Order: sequence, then C-alpha cells, then structure tokens
Amino acid sequence: MSIRSLGVVAATVVAVALASAANAKTFVFCSEGSPEGFNPALYTTGTTFDASSRPLMNRLVAFKLGTTEIAPGEGLATSWTISDDGTEYTFKLREGVKWHSNKSFKPSRDFNADDVLYSFNRQWKPEAQDHGLSGGTYEYFNSMGFPELLKSIEKIDDHTVKFTLTRPEAPFLADLGMDFASIMSKEYSDAMNKAGTPEKIDQDPVGTGPFQLVNYQKDAVIRYKAFADYWGQKPKIDTLVFAITPDAAVAYAKLLAGECHLIPYPNAADLEGMKKNPNLKVMSAPGLNIGYLGFNTEKQPFTDKRVRQALNLAINKPAIIEAVYIGTGQVAKNPIPPIMWSYNDAIEDYPYDPEQAKKLLAEAGYKNGFKTDIWAMPVKRPYNPNARRMAEMIQSDWKAVGVDANIVSFEWGEYLKRTKEGEHQSFMLGWTGDNGDPDNFLYTLLSCDSAKNGINRARWCYKPFDELVIEAKRLTDQGQRADLYEKAQVVFKEEAPWVTIAHSTTYKAMRNAVQGFVIDPFGGHHFDVVDLSE
Amino acid sequence: MIRFVLTRFGLLIPTFIGVTLLTFALIRLVPGDPIELLVGERAISPERHAMYRAQLGLDKPLPVQYGIYISDVLSGNLGRSIVTKTPVLEEFAALFPATIELSVCAIVFAIVIGLPLGVLAAVKRGSVLDYATMGVSLTGYSMPIFWWALLLILLFSVQLGWTPVSGRISVMYYIEPVTGFMLIDTLLSDEPEAFWSALRHLVLPAIALGTIPLAVIARMTRSSMLEVLGEDYIRTARAEGLAPLRVVGLHALRNALIPVITVIGLAVGVLFAGAILTETIFSWPGVGKWLVESVRRRDYPVLQGGVLLVASVVMGVNLIVDLLYGLINPRIRHRR
Repeated sequence: MSIRSLGVVAATVVAVALASAANAKTFVFCSEGSPEGFNPALYTTGTTFDASSRPLMNRLVAFKLGTTEIAPGEGLATSWTISDDGTEYTFKLREGVKWHSNKSFKPSRDFNADDVLYSFNRQWKPEAQDHGLSGGTYEYFNSMGFPELLKSIEKIDDHTVKFTLTRPEAPFLADLGMDFASIMSKEYSDAMNKAGTPEKIDQDPVGTGPFQLVNYQKDAVIRYKAFADYWGQKPKIDTLVFAITPDAAVAYAKLLAGECHLIPYPNAADLEGMKKNPNLKVMSAPGLNIGYLGFNTEKQPFTDKRVRQALNLAINKPAIIEAVYIGTGQVAKNPIPPIMWSYNDAIEDYPYDPEQAKKLLAEAGYKNGFKTDIWAMPVKRPYNPNARRMAEMIQSDWKAVGVDANIVSFEWGEYLKRTKEGEHQSFMLGWTGDNGDPDNFLYTLLSCDSAKNGINRARWCYKPFDELVIEAKRLTDQGQRADLYEKAQVVFKEEAPWVTIAHSTTYKAMRNAVQGFVIDPFGGHHFDVVDLSE
Repeated sequence: MIRFVLTRFGLLIPTFIGVTLLTFALIRLVPGDPIELLVGERAISPERHAMYRAQLGLDKPLPVQYGIYISDVLSGNLGRSIVTKTPVLEEFAALFPATIELSVCAIVFAIVIGLPLGVLAAVKRGSVLDYATMGVSLTGYSMPIFWWALLLILLFSVQLGWTPVSGRISVMYYIEPVTGFMLIDTLLSDEPEAFWSALRHLVLPAIALGTIPLAVIARMTRSSMLEVLGEDYIRTARAEGLAPLRVVGLHALRNALIPVITVIGLAVGVLFAGAILTETIFSWPGVGKWLVESVRRRDYPVLQGGVLLVASVVMGVNLIVDLLYGLINPRIRHRR
C-alpha cells in the first residue's frame, strides 16, 4: 500500500471516529432524587425503580409501554400456561438473553431458569442464597402477599420454570411484571460471594436490560450506556445520564438552560410557562391513582351509610380540582382510575347537593349536624398535591350542611401509623397502582382482609363487596373478572365508605429534541424508547 | 505543655457524650416511625412491623439502644443507613469532601470580597460608597439563601448562560474520585477542560453560600477598622508622614483583623447550616443534604453518625486551633 493510500485510510478512520463521536447521543434526565440502591427487590420507591429495574433489568412478564396491559411474550418469558384450577403457572423462558458484564464479572452463560429461582428464592426463603444481604427486607414481595401465595418454584429444565400457588390468584401474572420481580444473575451472585464482595450484587448490579450501569456518584450522577447485546429493541441513545436534581424549580432552570432533556415532576404552577416556551414541550396523561377521603366506618356516626352518602353529596369536587389540583386532575367517581380495565363508567357520582345532604342527615338522626374531624396528610403526594387546602375546602362544604369538622394533622410517619390503628374519624389518603390490576385497588384497599391488617383505613368490611373481589381473584378470565369488579364498584358507590375525590394527571416536561417518550401509567420513566433529534 | 494537651483532650469526652446523647434523644423525640415512612401508604402487618423493629434494634429500651450505639461507635461501627442499607461511614466519606470544597470556596469568596469592602467603607466613612456597601451587605445578610440562589440561577444560568445551573461538574465528564475534591481530582485527571467545568459549577453555590459570611465580614471589618483608625498610634503614623496606603494596609488593618478572624472562625458553623440549603438547590452532593434527608426519613443511624462525624471534625479543628494558640501564646497554656 502506498503512503498516499495509507493517508487516505487514516483520514477515513479519523473521519469515521469523529462522526461516530459526534453522533453519540447522550440523554440527560433530571431525576428527582437518589435511588436508595440498585436492587429493586429491596426498595419500594419509583425513584429507585427508575434507576435500577427499568433501565438495567427485565422481568418474566412485561407490560405494553404506556398501558397497564400485559404484553404476552415481551418479557423474559416467551409464553406461559396456567393450570385449570389457576394454581400452576408454567413459563417458557427466552433463550439467548445476555447478561451485562462489569469490572469484576464476565458472564459465562446466558439467562436461564437458575436465575429465576435465585431471584425469587432470595426474597422468599430465609435460608436462600443472599437472603440476608443488604438488610434483607423485601417489602414489596411481602406486601404483595408472596410468602403466603407461593407454594413452590421449580426448574423443569433450563428454560422452563413452574410456579405453584397455594390458591388461585388472578393478578399473579401482573405481579410478576412489577419491579420487585426483576430477574438478577445467579452466576454473578456466585462469583461475588466467592470473591468475598457480595455487596456488589446490590450496589453494582448486573442485569439483562437495555442499559448497563457505568457508575454512580451518590446524590450527583448516575451513568448508563446502551447494552450492545440487548435481546430486545436496542436503545436509540448511546449514553443515559441521571442528573440528580431534587428541587423542581432548579430542574426547570436546568431544562431551560439545556442541561437536561426531561424533567419528571414539573411544578403545576410552571406548566403554563413551559407550554408557551418554543423550546419545550409538555406531555400529560391520566395517572393510575386515586386521592380520596375515607370514613372510619367503625365509628359513629360513620357506621350509618346515610351519613356517608350525605357527606359525599355535601362536597363540591369541581371546586377542589380547580383550587387544589390547579386543574391537573379529574373528578373521581370510582375507586379505580378510568384508564384501568373494568372501570365502571355507567356509575353516576353523587352530585353536589347540600340540600339533599341535609335531608339525609336529618333522616339519619343528625338534623342539627354533628362534630367530627378530618385528618389531612402533612405531605404532598402524587394523588393529592395539597391535603391541607383540600381539608379546608371540605370543612367549609360540610359546615354548610351543619357538620362541624376539625382539621387534624400529624407528621407523615405518625399519620400513617395512627390512621392504620384507626384513631381517626375521617381521613385523607390515596393510592398509586402497582400492577395495573383492579385487585390492587379494590381488594388491597377495601377488602375485609385489608381492614384487619390496617391498609383499609376506612376499616370497611362489607360482605357483598368482599365476596365479589375475592371471587375475582380466583378467576383467570379477564372478562369474567371485569364483570365482578364492575359490580363491586356499584356496591362501593352505594355504600360510600370513601368520598372519591380525584385522579391526578401526570405531566412531563422536555426539550423539543426528545422523541418517542411515552408516559408510563405506573409512573416509570423508560429511556430505551427515546431518541434525540438534535 | 503535656498537661495542657491532656486537659484539652479530656474536654473532648463530655463534648462527645453530649453530641451523641443529644442526637440520639432528639431524633427519637421527633414523632414518626422509620418503618412506617419506609412503607408509606402500603402499610404492613403488626407482626412484620415488630420484626423490622427488632431487626433494627428499635424494640429495646432506649438506654439499652444508646449503650449499644456507644459501644458500636467506640469500636468504629457507625451502623448502616435504614434506607439505603449502606454503611454510614462509607456514605459520609463519599459526600464530605464536596461540602468542604464548597465551604472553603464560599469562605474564600467572602474574605476576598468582604475584607476590602469593609476597609474601603471604613476609610471612606460617610461617603456614598460606605452607605452603598453597608446597605448591600445588610441586604445580603438578610437574604434567604434559597431565594437568593434561585435568583442567581435565573440570572446567570438561564438568562445569561454564563454558569451551569447545578451539579458539581458537567455530566459529560466522569472523574474518578481520588481526593474527593473535584477541583483537585480534575487537575489530576487527563482532561484539562474538566477543571474549568468544575470551577464554573462552583461559582454560583460559593456565591450563594458565601454571601452571609461576606456581609458579616464586611461589616465587622468596617467597624473594627473605624475603631483602630481612631487610635493614637494611627494618628502618630499619619503625623510621621507615612503613605496613607501604608497606614491603612499595614498598621490599621493588622490590628483590626483580630476580631474579624474570630468572626471568620465562627462563620464555619454558619457555613454548615447554609450548606444544607445551598446543597439542595444546587444539587450539590454533600453532607448537608444527606443529613436533612435522614431527618425527613427518620434514618437514625445516618443522622446519629453523620452529626457525630461533623461534630468530630469541628471538635478536631477547634482542638488544633486551641493547641496552636497554646503554642503561640504561653499565657493561654499557663492560665488556670
């Protein structure tokens, strides 16, 4: 080869290198906080899941992005069969799925059944490998009732796994799509335990997801790079950076200055300005949540359904949406959000009718009203941006029908504890869905079992409702289940253990260059589908 | 001298007990259960709740808990965070250099600007400059940090685009922590532009955090200078025909500095308090933000360990200063 052609080759190499460097796409997400860690089984917050399970890992079952529907065969299980009695789930596992590697680990094999067994046994069995590692409290696994639900998990062959349940549980598939059920590498665990550094399993995780972790500087930055051997649709960006920015006003300033591409929780008051800015765009979607006011149905006078109905009629919900949610919510008539399957749209909400409310109160023997309290949360939550303000509005609405309510508040941990113990008369709270299944709202929040363990803070145990939601757990046919849930919502409305107030709307603000972002009803932020047009 | 050193060390013991007891008691007096906060709306069964409490050792009587805590501390174990489950010492070591770096820059900024301003105001007493300086410094002193910081961001980062909004360095750089001090680590790295990026990121937080000490230093320098300028020896120096700059810079300032230095020393405490807000706004990964978060989430080990470590650093610095004083000034070490 002549000197000249060598020069041409060299120039081409340099040009290609430069071009690829210039084309390398870095996406910066101004995340709202630091993850608690990188093993999603150990924690319960969305901030942690955004940083761990969503970019780094996969689950057996996947949801269709942007919906709460299960996408069959799009997770690590390509297919499954369910036994007729609904207690045996057999999963066919995807082949050829590669694990990430890092400085201390190079995988020698692909994903297989051993990894599935390892991931679940660790959370389930005290004697299992790594069970006690990193504090060993598997909050989601326990709160979803898995220890009582699982009978056995067996490896049939390298690519087949069978879960046997102690009872039929229809939401089980959706549960397996949740973040705590992410699959981690058994081979990595073995290697780290052998090397005497088991903490790396949770701090520097190895997954099968679209991105792999590059490094994390606590409270500052998390870096990921696209995983070249990812089994699914490869990410369109090369590098993903989480710039941890807890203050929403500062995150907005960073967005304006072009220091980040997307901010997750813009202040409601800034939305107008964002929409007017030609460099930005705002996306919104209904949230998978409910903000409500519940009555302690074990205490007088809320044991009487007429009183509960009357207080429903006395509240002007549209005014609350306007003043508390600043328009970023919609009036709720059912305990589940409208984007969830089995939502019963035929139900009519209690209208705002103080006269009718007074009449009902008089019928119930409270012609001159009564004294009560309204507990208001001390914190801003996704389903209720300002509980104090909401309590004041309800207080004045109730006053108009003769009910004299005193607003009570406690520090957040104390508030949760005392409402769990049933100290309140009426209280505000809310819920954000975990797995997209109506069971996760109707059974979890309103069943008799939940009244016993404290999560049903209205302490409402009503047999006709309970039978419906228990029955719906046993069936695997979604159509039949939807019928039962629709009926349950009718019973709920009639019995009125809560005032369903609002479903808040989720907003995301981003630079115009961001393409393809999809709002996840579960509240997750997924960057394997985004692209940058600049 | 040995006796003096021993006494000084001896005094650390009651301080140590005070700090540990106070943080231990205060965080437990605040209502709120760390486990409830961890699970949120989810709620867990009373049995599981009791199990977690036992795991964290919260089921034991308070004096026993305190005893365990102290014996752990004495054996060098500060425990693990309830939230992140990582050792407290490890988290502290990763975050503390950032706070030091920010505080040092803030105090340097406060001295470099505040001292000359105070001197000028004193020398030009009663002039427009004097009134302007004192007016501005009073404003600076009364300004809430979070508001001032946001104003700085909006003007310099968003409007003018001169400085980055927040963070310690551009996300494009990854600098392996060697000392933990970004300015030093970037110089050690093979990316020279990274240093400039780190420096640009420091400007606004240092100004926001340094503003209150700056105001205090300027006002203190002014009043101290005014007092000294009225002294006989200054009049004598002037009468002897010394150049005004020499009189002010050499004779007056040196003597006026003594109370100013005391104020600067005291400002360190103010800096730590201010760092909490500054760190939150500028997304600065330091211990201030970390401690606030630990209070919010009732992360007992982090709060206890973090406060103890910060207090130890302050106590250590004070001890060194005391010993140095003793070395320089024999009157201190022999005084009964």
